[in-house]
Amino acid sequence: MKRFYVMLGVLTLALVAMLVYLLQTNPSAPRAATEAPTTVIDDGFKGYTLGSDSAPIEVVEYVDFECPVCASFAVVQLPTIQQQLIATGRVRWRYRDFPLAIHKYSFFAAHAAQCAGEQGKFFEMHDQLFSNHGWAQTGQNPTGLFRDLAKAAGVDLARYDACMNSGRYAARIEFSRQEGLQRNVNGTPTFYINGTEVHSARLPTSDDFKRWVDSVATRRK
Amino acid sequence: MRHRQTIAVLALIGWFVALYLGLHALGIGGELKCGTGGCDTVQTSRWAELLGVPVAFYGVAGYAAILAVALVGLQPVWLGRRGPTLLLAALATGGVLFSGWLTYLELFVINAICRWCVTSAVIMAAIWVVSLHALRTTHHAPPSTTPAPRTDP
Repeated sequence: MKRFYVMLGVLTLALVAMLVYLLQTNPSAPRAATEAPTTVIDDGFKGYTLGSDSAPIEVVEYVDFECPVCASFAVVQLPTIQQQLIATGRVRWRYRDFPLAIHKYSFFAAHAAQCAGEQGKFFEMHDQLFSNHGWAQTGQNPTGLFRDLAKAAGVDLARYDACMNSGRYAARIEFSRQEGLQRNVNGTPTFYINGTEVHSARLPTSDDFKRWVDSVATRRK
Repeated sequence: MRHRQTIAVLALIGWFVALYLGLHALGIGGELKCGTGGCDTVQTSRWAELLGVPVAFYGVAGYAAILAVALVGLQPVWLGRRGPTLLLAALATGGVLFSGWLTYLELFVINAICRWCVTSAVIMAAIWVVSLHALRTTHHAPPSTTPAPRTDP
């Protein structure tokens, strides 16, 4: 019996050592992809778009992936907008990054979306980030989760990892944020319809967009 | 005795696995070591908490209870008694049902597998099997204060 307790004690020590190891040696979010660079250059990129290039009306959305209101809009309203306005060729929807400083991982999430976009999976990653938005509430390091989401979005993980570690889109995201600041964006989501900012006391619905688009289309005639 | 020793060892390992997941839920230790598994997907899902408490802490409590009963059951005064064996079987049955439900959620609702959660589920299943084996194979002498009557001629 004494041998058993000695063995149990040794096992406990081994497990404590393993736990300490697991808690200490965890990779953090790649720094290059989490921080805005000090110098920002316009790379000519104007945001990923949904819809036809020849659509007469363009909606620009300044988005923050960690923002719960943006997530709600993306999950609840956007599918209907896509069906009624984008798929019908009436509207082109353009995404611009506007990561808010109050959100710890929104820049990182924007970079993850850009890295997925590099592989033609921006919208798949956009959907993953917003449909599984629990990460934004936990405050936990989402590095591993974003890899899982990227995988679910059909992204090649080796290329994704290389992209995230390089932080190659940090300047692009910061450029988009500064562009938003110049346009007086001060929260997310902020929308522009053909260059005019949408002012709404509440989060716009798909019906609101349909009404606004109808109104713009009428004026254009 | 062997059964209770085996259960104690398994419960100790399970307790550490649950503690690791619990500490992660509290934001200690950063990212889970999970390879390409879906640990973070599971841990950030709406099922990661039950009644406002991270699910991992139910595991911490469950394994601690099993470990305590197994260790008490190894004390000389309890060794010959059936009570600890029954209690271990009951706790393990509850644990295996809970683990089974969580594994179902991972496979069919969350659609992601957390390797640490699976490890915990396997440990709990092993404890359950050992506890059932103990129930079937261990014959305990009823406590008696008077000597048995002699029947031989």
